[in-house]
Amino acid sequence: MAKENAIVEQDDDVIVKLVGIDKYYNDNRVVKNLSLDVKTGEFLTLLGPSGCGKTTTLRMIAGFEEVSSGKVFIEGKDSTDVEPYKRNVNTVFQSYALFPHMNVYDNIAFGLVEKKVKKAEIRERVTQMLALVQLSGFEKRMPAQMSGGQKQRVAIARALINNPKVLLLDEPLGALDLKLRKQMQVELKHLQRQLGITFIYVTHDQEEALTMSDRIAIMNEGVLEQIGEPWEVYERPCTKFVANFIGESNIIEASISELDGDKLTVIMEAGSATVHGEGFVYDEMVNISIRPEKVKYSAEPVDGFSLSGVVKEHIYVGSIIKTMVELPNSQIIVISRQPDETPPPVGENIWLYWTKGSAVVMHTKGDPLYNIIEEHSYLSDETM
Amino acid sequence: MKNITKKMKKARSAIFMISPAVIWLVMFIVIPIGFIFFISFMTKNVYGGYIHKLDLTVYLRFFDNRYLRIFGYSALIALATTIISLLMGYPFAYIISTSSKRTRNLLMMAIMLPFWINSLIRTSGWITILRLEGVANTVLQRLNIIQEPLKMLYTDGAVLFGMVYVLFPFMVLPLYTSLEKLDPALLEASSDLGARPYRTFLRVVFPQTLPGVFAGSIQVFVPSLGYFFIADIMGGGKTILIGNLIKNQFTIGRDWPFGAALSIILVVLTLVLLKLYSKIGSMEDLA
Repeated sequence: MAKENAIVEQDDDVIVKLVGIDKYYNDNRVVKNLSLDVKTGEFLTLLGPSGCGKTTTLRMIAGFEEVSSGKVFIEGKDSTDVEPYKRNVNTVFQSYALFPHMNVYDNIAFGLVEKKVKKAEIRERVTQMLALVQLSGFEKRMPAQMSGGQKQRVAIARALINNPKVLLLDEPLGALDLKLRKQMQVELKHLQRQLGITFIYVTHDQEEALTMSDRIAIMNEGVLEQIGEPWEVYERPCTKFVANFIGESNIIEASISELDGDKLTVIMEAGSATVHGEGFVYDEMVNISIRPEKVKYSAEPVDGFSLSGVVKEHIYVGSIIKTMVELPNSQIIVISRQPDETPPPVGENIWLYWTKGSAVVMHTKGDPLYNIIEEHSYLSDETM
Repeated sequence: MKNITKKMKKARSAIFMISPAVIWLVMFIVIPIGFIFFISFMTKNVYGGYIHKLDLTVYLRFFDNRYLRIFGYSALIALATTIISLLMGYPFAYIISTSSKRTRNLLMMAIMLPFWINSLIRTSGWITILRLEGVANTVLQRLNIIQEPLKMLYTDGAVLFGMVYVLFPFMVLPLYTSLEKLDPALLEASSDLGARPYRTFLRVVFPQTLPGVFAGSIQVFVPSLGYFFIADIMGGGKTILIGNLIKNQFTIGRDWPFGAALSIILVVLTLVLLKLYSKIGSMEDLA
């Protein structure tokens, strides 16, 4: 394994490359055999629940944490053992980490002073940066005299002034209130497009990830579960965890009873259904993931489906109404509907179905990701 | 009307609450110092004590070269004690603050443990180590590092050593407190922005521990001005510091008013220093 890792082809499109990264804290393996390519200029989000290893991964790119094994390449150079102060990446910290004894000007100028840039140039660039983050005139303010949102802007300016190749952001909006958060999400995205700098962004907020990212890497228990564009991870989750973590999903265990090209008939505890997918074999155990908004219902059985349940309750959540349907094996299936639709009465038996391409079939065996998880005796049933 | 009685009640309970502290301060600080202040204006009695007769010349006697030199020398020793404690204490405090919890507890214990033994006794212990036939000389001679025993005890160096020895914890503790408060993310941020470790120390760590540096310095400097027993034990009575000078006036000198005057001068000097410190401290807060 280690020998394979040493050989890395040069790829101009890849700015940060992680190869077979492992990270142990004592005996606790927090990052497991992680390999990841970050493309130049992209906005990549590391997404996952707390303790999934996303922040540790970011800190290994910044150089604050040593890797236990594996390699970190930045701009094609092996940077595994390079000190943080020699890496051409900058970090925006969750706690902002502004120097409390320095005013805004000195905070932002910090990196340029270290690079021995001339005073006149520093002045010019700090002024530009302050304008960029809309804080002109705040030069003399001390961090203690500023609001969370303002401190956040200073932290971003302090990092960006160094013209980093990659900007690392560790839950930078975590401490802000919802409204400011939404506003900063848009601003950060605009900033990234405007400057063309690669952003690696850590968050546990799936909505934030979907809104801002070019690509999302979903991590769980130290394992990279899936990496893809927002629509990909939402529409085509590879694992049960991803299906559950990104948005809401109904997950039904099933086995394949019939194959006809990509058309599969699956048998579930509560009935049977038709799904589409390739690369499956007869009798294979699979998970079917179906989004609540994709589940349809009818009073009569639909061709290809034999799945019925009893309407238990309707939950009003503002823009939609969620209908809970209980299957004969007492699994609850969530259906979401527009409020203007007349919902089926509670207690009525309805037949569930979905159209081609709505449901995602996921391997439970043979999936390399799944095997790593199983190896560490992990199976998550938690729903976000 | 009701409001006023409420306020008065509040004030009354506040007075009640702080009264123990006030009584303590009056009994043990205001009255004794007032008494000393009073004596400093009296006439000396030949056999010790004082006579109730006003003498306004006592303070003038202080402006004598001999006494001024002793004050100057004491200040020098105190300054040297402070600087040595700071230079040794900072790395020590830094090591404590960065070590694991286990090591940290152990090191803190090592700092605190000597407090359980009277400093007079601890200092006396050094006599057996440092004297001509003492442990240090014997070991050095056996190892053939020196031929003749070194005169270590009863020197100014020994006095300085004793001062640092006794006052070192008072430097380490405030330094440790301010280092411990330091946010590790700030060190990472500094490194992230391209600062090498020594630059991070100069630009981030040291400026933020200045309150600790000032607090530790004052806690070492002020007592080292007044300690007389260290000069007595380690200097063998040959080194005269302010503390010894004052003590001598009350004992062998039998000049209570002059001793009292010197005490008042020391108290005033100390207060000026504390005032200066709090000014620098508040400037720090603003910066």
